[in-house]
Order: sequence, then C-alpha cells, then structure tokens
Amino acid sequence: MSILVLEAVTRTHGSGDGQVEALKHLSLTVAPGELVAVMGPSGSGKSTLLHLAGGLDQPTSGRVLVEGTELGNLSRKALAQLRRRWIGYVFQDFNLIPALTAAENVALPRELDGVPARKARKEAVAALAEVGVPELADRFPDDMSGGQQQRIAIARALVGERRLVLADEPTGALDSTTGEAVMALLRARVDAGAAGVLVTHDARHAAWANRVVFLRDGRVVDESVYRAPEDVLAP
Amino acid sequence: MSVRNGLLALLAERPRYGYELRGEFEARTGTTWPLNVGQVYTTLSRLERDGCVTASDAGESGQQYYEITAEGRAEVTAWFTTPVRREARPRDELAIKLALAVGNQDVDIAAVVQAQRTDSLRALQDYTRLKAQAGPEDLAWLLVLDAMVFQTEAEVRWLDHCESRVVQGRRPVVRPTPVEDVERAR
Repeated sequence: MSILVLEAVTRTHGSGDGQVEALKHLSLTVAPGELVAVMGPSGSGKSTLLHLAGGLDQPTSGRVLVEGTELGNLSRKALAQLRRRWIGYVFQDFNLIPALTAAENVALPRELDGVPARKARKEAVAALAEVGVPELADRFPDDMSGGQQQRIAIARALVGERRLVLADEPTGALDSTTGEAVMALLRARVDAGAAGVLVTHDARHAAWANRVVFLRDGRVVDESVYRAPEDVLAP
Repeated sequence: MSVRNGLLALLAERPRYGYELRGEFEARTGTTWPLNVGQVYTTLSRLERDGCVTASDAGESGQQYYEITAEGRAEVTAWFTTPVRREARPRDELAIKLALAVGNQDVDIAAVVQAQRTDSLRALQDYTRLKAQAGPEDLAWLLVLDAMVFQTEAEVRWLDHCESRVVQGRRPVVRPTPVEDVERAR
C-alpha cells in the first residue's frame, strides 16, 4: 500500500481576481522504499505540495491520504496525532531544539504521542544508530556540525513507527560532500522501508530519488524515472 | 550535431541563399562554430538529394535559393524535440540548438529545455546510483562519476536559467558578439 497518496489535489489561495491556483489537479503516490524528488522554479507549487502531504494545509479539492487515512476527514486533534505518529519532517535549518540532547530531540515526538519515556528513549537511541551516529545521543545540537544535526533530524523524522519523511531542501545549508552524505543516508532509510518526498532546487541531490517530478505553475510537466541499470553508461 | 541540423533549422524559418546561411549561422551562434563555404554547399546538396530542401534555379546573380520541404521540416522538429545525447557532443550542440530555437517562432523553447532536463536528470540518477553502489575503495571510479555528476548538474542549472529567461519573455533575436571580437577586445 502506498504510504502517501495525493489524488487530483487542487489548492487555491485567495478569491476573485486575486485567486491563485498553487496546485492544479495534481496526483502523486509514494510507496514504501520510494523517494520522490520534486523540482521546479520558485512559485511552482513545491512547498504547497509538501504542506498538503504533511497535513499542514488542506486542499481546496481532491484527497490526501497518509497510511490509508484521508486527512480531510480528521478532526484537528486527530490530524495532529496522525502527523506526530506517521510523518517526519526534515528542514534546511535542521530545526532541532537547542536545549535538548540528540536523543531527547528524537524521543520528543514519541513522548508527545504518549509513548513512555523509557521506551521513547530506547527508540531514539535505535534511530540514532540507524543513521550512523549512536555516539551523539547525549550531545546538544550546538556542539554538532551541520551534517550531524541533519542526521539527527532524519533520525527524528523516522523514529518509531514513522515511515513518511518530508524533506524541504535538506542539504541547503550543507557543503557538497556533507550534503551528499545526508542524501545517501536519506536514500538508505527509504530503502529500509520508508517513503520520502524531497523538495530541492539541486539536481545533484534530486538524482538520489527514484522519481523526479517537475512542477511548473502547479502542474506536473514531466517526470524522470530510473532506467534499467544495464542501460547506464551504454554508448 | 551536424551542420545539417543547423542549416535546416535556419531554412525552417524562411528560404535563404546559400551564402546567407553561413553568415546567419555564425551570427546566431556567436561564431562558436565557424563554417566554411564548402561545408555549407556540400551539406545543401546532400539535403537536396535527401529531399529535405529544394533549390531554385540560379537567377541572374548566379545564386541558388533554398527552400525547406515538409520532409526537411519534420527533421528539424525531430532535432529540436530530441534531447542531445551525452555521449556524442562535438562542440556544444545544446547551446547551438537553443540559440537557433530562439529565432524560430514554431519551436517551443520551454519544451526543448524540459526534454533535455528530464534526460539530464535521468543521467544524473544513473550516475548517482552507480555511486551508491560503489564502495569507498573505488575512489578512482567515484571521482570519475563525480566529474560526470557535476558536469550534468551544471547543464541542468544552465537549463533552469534558460527557462527563467524564456519565461521572462521571448525576446527578439539579439546577435551575440562573435567570440573572436570578444577576444580581440581583451
């Protein structure tokens, strides 16, 4: 089953003459093990897509389903719970809480979700091991490099049962090799069974995705899908 | 790219004399690819043989006037809509293709850019997957792959840039300063 489904989603801002269609009848599904990159010029609808997928915004028409649940039918409380439980975010500026250690940052969404502190901590430590930085568990964000902070953010995005990671320019604040290591990590976590949507301007990072979707004026204009590996580098 | 594609693209705009084609081609591409007269006429006679152009009888001036046929037009369309292959790029075919597309009102530049970008992104995905499969012991191989990745990325960024220029409005054809003049001015 697809983890994320966008079905004929349209999002209109404003009304009358000032009406802007940020997304027009857009459909997209993301299955476990799949990373989809979304590219397009500023104002093409990339951020709107990510907000809708994350339940931070509602479509004007069409449906958004996460893990089979339609977001539009949920109460505010139920939506907040679903977001905490299933959806992880990764931002350009990491968004870790400076007063909490790495493990506490990762455990926080689980604790908010009612998981007992001890279990949440255990899950957090496991998630940190999965992103290759178990030794950072008790460090504070200020004592870490940008690349390390982004690893923590990816651990937080995929802690516990969370399987959908929405990443908004996750490599924007990182140098090229660190950015690449973060993309390799995101790819590996997705390969391990998560689903990811990545918004980026950077073709080099979008290339880690299974599919690259090009948006223009709220519509998908084109898509690039992996070819069979034997065709690679063929003359 | 062949001279053939370039000349046909110019003839798709309007019929022209042979000598005129050479000047127009060089002016439009900033003489990044100088042609000699022989090349132009050899190519034109091949195009005529293949049914892509028709030559009118030499007039009093002794100049032949070339006009594109439906077949020739189909070849131009195919050239504009097919992404440039990465493996075979003598000169910068892509830059020349876009330079010629600007002067042709029938060509959707945004579509040319997008077809190329999708192709480039697919190549980037391929290289990236090869990188992901390579171990750290394959350093030399990784460096080679990186070179291809960064070249392709540069191309995609340039295409993004071209697109935003096109969105800003299709401008009348501006003749670029020939490369030699730029160099001479230094």
